[in-house]
Amino acid sequence: MSETALPSAAAPQSGRLSSWQLLMANRLAAVGLFALSAILLIAILAPILPLPDPDITDQPNRLLPPLSPGHLLGTDHLGRDILSRLIWGTQVSILVGISATAIAALIGSLIGLSAGYVGGKADNIMMRLIDMLMAFPYILLALAIVAVLGPGLLNALYAIAVVNIPFFARNIRGVTLSIRHSEFVDAARLSGKGHLAILFTEVLPNVLPVIVITMSTTVGWMILETAGLSFLGLGAQPPTSDLGSMLGQGRAQLFTAPHVSMVPGIMIFLLVMSINLLGDGIRDVLDPRLRSGALNRPMAVTTIDRAVKPEPRKANAALLEVANLETGFRSGNRVNAAVKGVSFSLNKGECLGLIGESGSGKSVTALSLLGLVASPPGVISNGAVYLDGEDVLSQPDSQIVAQRGGRVSYVFQDPLTTLHPLFSVGDQIAEAITAHQRMDGKTARAQAVELMETVGIRDAQQRASAYPHELSGGQRQRIGIAMALANDPDVIIADEPTTALDVTVQARILELLQKLRRERGLALLLITHDFGVVAQICDRVAVMKDGEIVEQGETSDVLRAPQHAYTKRLIACVPELGVGRAFLDKVRPLFSGKGAEA
Amino acid sequence: MASYIIKRLLTAIPVIIGLSIIVFLIMAMIPGDPALALLGSYATPENVARINRDLGLDRSLPEQYFIWVANLVQGDFGRSYILNRPVIDEVLERLSATLILAGVSLVLCSVFGLIAGIVSAVRQFGWTDRIVTFFVLIGISMPAFWLGLIFILVFAVQLRVLPASGMYAVYGGGDLPDLLRHLIMPAVTLAIVATGVIARLTRAAMLEVLRQDFVRTARAKGLNERTVIFKHALRAALVSIIPVIGVQAGFVLGGAVYIETVFQWPGLGAMLVQAVSTRDLLLVQGGVLVAATLYVLVNLAADVAQAMLDPRLKS
Amino acid sequence: MTGSAISIDNVTKTFGGGRSLFGGEQHAVHAVRGVSLELKDGETLAIVGESGSGKSTLARMLVGLERPTSGTMTIGGASADELARQGPQAFGRMIQYVFQDPVASLNPRKTIRQILDVPLRRLRGLDSGARKARMRELLDAVQMPVDTLERYPHEFSGGQAQRIAIARALAANARILVLDEPVSALDVSVQAQVLLLLDQLKEEFGLSYLFISHDLAVVESVSDRVAVMYLGEVVEIGDAQDLFRQPEHEYTRNLIESAPRLAGAEKT
Repeated sequence: MSETALPSAAAPQSGRLSSWQLLMANRLAAVGLFALSAILLIAILAPILPLPDPDITDQPNRLLPPLSPGHLLGTDHLGRDILSRLIWGTQVSILVGISATAIAALIGSLIGLSAGYVGGKADNIMMRLIDMLMAFPYILLALAIVAVLGPGLLNALYAIAVVNIPFFARNIRGVTLSIRHSEFVDAARLSGKGHLAILFTEVLPNVLPVIVITMSTTVGWMILETAGLSFLGLGAQPPTSDLGSMLGQGRAQLFTAPHVSMVPGIMIFLLVMSINLLGDGIRDVLDPRLRSGALNRPMAVTTIDRAVKPEPRKANAALLEVANLETGFRSGNRVNAAVKGVSFSLNKGECLGLIGESGSGKSVTALSLLGLVASPPGVISNGAVYLDGEDVLSQPDSQIVAQRGGRVSYVFQDPLTTLHPLFSVGDQIAEAITAHQRMDGKTARAQAVELMETVGIRDAQQRASAYPHELSGGQRQRIGIAMALANDPDVIIADEPTTALDVTVQARILELLQKLRRERGLALLLITHDFGVVAQICDRVAVMKDGEIVEQGETSDVLRAPQHAYTKRLIACVPELGVGRAFLDKVRPLFSGKGAEA
Repeated sequence: MASYIIKRLLTAIPVIIGLSIIVFLIMAMIPGDPALALLGSYATPENVARINRDLGLDRSLPEQYFIWVANLVQGDFGRSYILNRPVIDEVLERLSATLILAGVSLVLCSVFGLIAGIVSAVRQFGWTDRIVTFFVLIGISMPAFWLGLIFILVFAVQLRVLPASGMYAVYGGGDLPDLLRHLIMPAVTLAIVATGVIARLTRAAMLEVLRQDFVRTARAKGLNERTVIFKHALRAALVSIIPVIGVQAGFVLGGAVYIETVFQWPGLGAMLVQAVSTRDLLLVQGGVLVAATLYVLVNLAADVAQAMLDPRLKS
Repeated sequence: MTGSAISIDNVTKTFGGGRSLFGGEQHAVHAVRGVSLELKDGETLAIVGESGSGKSTLARMLVGLERPTSGTMTIGGASADELARQGPQAFGRMIQYVFQDPVASLNPRKTIRQILDVPLRRLRGLDSGARKARMRELLDAVQMPVDTLERYPHEFSGGQAQRIAIARALAANARILVLDEPVSALDVSVQAQVLLLLDQLKEEFGLSYLFISHDLAVVESVSDRVAVMYLGEVVEIGDAQDLFRQPEHEYTRNLIESAPRLAGAEKT
């Protein structure tokens, strides 16, 4: 629902920027690409550039400093021209690095693809072998391979390729495995495709970006490693030389002529740096999560940037009163509104249902009340939330944070993802208490157990030390409710609290909420898409569509005699037990003609 | 927990056996006659036969393997023909130096990598983040062996504040301050790349976790931001960071090869480079096997630490 | 003639339970335990159950995505084992499947044309002209515009994507469709439209549906007969009207009582 569009809002007709445009929009990546192209161009042009022969020795002119006549970067210990050697050496290093990457990527990806796709025993055996290779400290395996094959550039290349195969194999296998179990692969199989066709035409296109990302982020690394082996004298052997061997030979003159070793070092650094900059850029473009901004860090409180500052206080207000609330998502310079001027109020002990279809803005409304909308990109752009007559949104961030879980608390949708997987449920409830009340750990823990009993968990004392994954869905949601009750709140905001649950469990949870409401005089704001749930426990209901409340009123009135056309249609579309096949006949007129809303 | 550790220890055994087979096979695949390679121009038929017998090369491959393993278990890693001393003595002597260097580096890169990554994630897109990201990028693009040379030029040659090489001063050294003075440059150089890798991963893991539903739940409880980040988010992020620190131990052990050569640190890495250049294969074999076993044990420790953090892994 | 589209006899599916690489015995999950069912020609049989009831596993076995551990299945008169021997095409011509999550069931990197092309080519063996014509017919049948073909799955809403997925299932001219929670990922108004579409297509092409759902009200509105599954077994099966009016099994009663109702305003 919160589809964050790309930063550049002025999108052309296609609505999407090409990958190339995105890459160039990343300044660092563009710099990397530019630098790399320049280095590549010079390296490729080496044969036609007016350079002295890199291997001609000239003892009288040895160790000339940079900017010497005829030798721009000076000469080395044998009097060879460093600039010329640098350019030729760069060519060798790049070739070796790219070849090693290509070999590792090809073999590693094939292993990963087949292991991930075939699965089962074959996968198990292949991955155990890969684990064996990975059990060697990275470069030591390369060293052992060179020890056997003997020093030399090609052998170093093979060694570096071999030690990187496991890296590719593992990455590619992981992605393949998840794609293999996706529904579109099953669908392709039912459409008559064989395994090979599926592997190469359905799976591979989805794995390819990962291969490219892995290549672009490892090629710099492989250039470094081959240079390292050459530096140790185990890679390029005279007369061939790459950047690493130049550096290794120059080391002997470190104190007398540091430029001999510094120059190739700078070149390696520039080369690898430009590749890494570009590689990161490519990764950012190809990784859909980075592209959608899904990896932005949400701040503690939603950005509040209201066009009009409302009165911070309101006399004679209801327990919770929301006035003209507007919340949107920033995208470039624009704000795409998700909630457009919503107003409602909630009295003590009352249950208000906020109902709507996906994208109606109901959850954003709920999260906005205490500034829990993820921001960036979320922004509250107008309105006020009066809690006992005081506008929450006018308060400083620290105070908004302090309100949460105190007088107003939340219950969220999927209790498996909303509870912390690494803390015991007892600790999580106790934490909710100690966030607002001063007490020692033991007392808090005892209270947590009491709360668990309140929400109907048997053997609470013992279950308190269980972790969320050890509980059933229904029990987890009870823990979520216990957490919300921790500080005896006046208002509970429940955002689709039963949507992830089976119907029989849903019925028990709704019963529990109803009972707590009656016993504690709680006000409940219930966010849901299900009219059945609303009918069961809400006193009043507000219907949302496209960020606005189109109708609100007593539940029974709205359900029996909806006023707004949208509500009418929505209610008519809810199938009901006991209606049977007549349901389809009832809704058919609503969608007659092709103008039907999709 | 104890049963998990035992189970995990048991799974390490096949890995170590696998390692030994790979090392053995690599050495067995050496093209040509090892005796000839060893003896060079001293090869007479008698010498070749003697060495073949010494190395057990007149037997079948599996037989050779089992004899080799049986000897390993008794601490017999063979004899280095170049150094003319038992491989195990040389390896153990070198191992302590490498353990000091790699251990300190691993601590450095874990601490600084974690801090940099967390700060960078929390201040995402701020100036701190940009500066950290920039230095991390430089760190992972830098050839460590070259950086070592620069350090030597700056701190040993120009400023003369730190010794250029070795582990202890030749005269009057040998105490802890002396060791530390020698350790600073190689340890820092060795840690730089790994710091970059850990910092990047920590940043990514933190950003990923901060978007999770359970972080929103933590916020909805009214916890302050510090608790949300350092208790709830960091704990979850550590589950994916710890194995990477384990993997970095491998990079640090491997990187020791360059760093020990540059700083003439008397460790396993420098020994291996020399052994490879002189084709002292039994020494290579012994050194690689010991280093690899060490690495397997470090990863085992990382796995156990991860399981201690994440109850889902124990079941 | 009212033959049977699908007949399942004492089918069982157990996951795991084999031996691991090191010989340790693995934990076995009995997903489906001895289920026998029959789907008659032209009928809609619903399978109702909550998570873990084994209803999806049963469906996947019917279309050949899983092999039963034991028991026999006959699909469109042919033995499932025989179909499995002949390969995925044999299954695909006989029976098709519509997935719960319509967006996930369409490959994000293929255009709709490429997606629809596969069954027409592989299962029907049509030449390119015939495929083009058939694609138009299919889109028309599911009420989608022709420019759909050149677009990618992510450009469509859930309801539209489900129409496309239904078109793909129809492409093979299979007469039996397994619908696995086809509307549960959709909003109510879209859900109603897809249900109408399914109803209309059934008339038009003479299809038989195996309709899997957890939503009793939806099931009641589309099905002739209903089977209730619980923990891998069919606990009750019967005519839709009778079953909802007079549930026999304890679990069915519980299920029906738990279902939220609009008229549930009789709050106590």
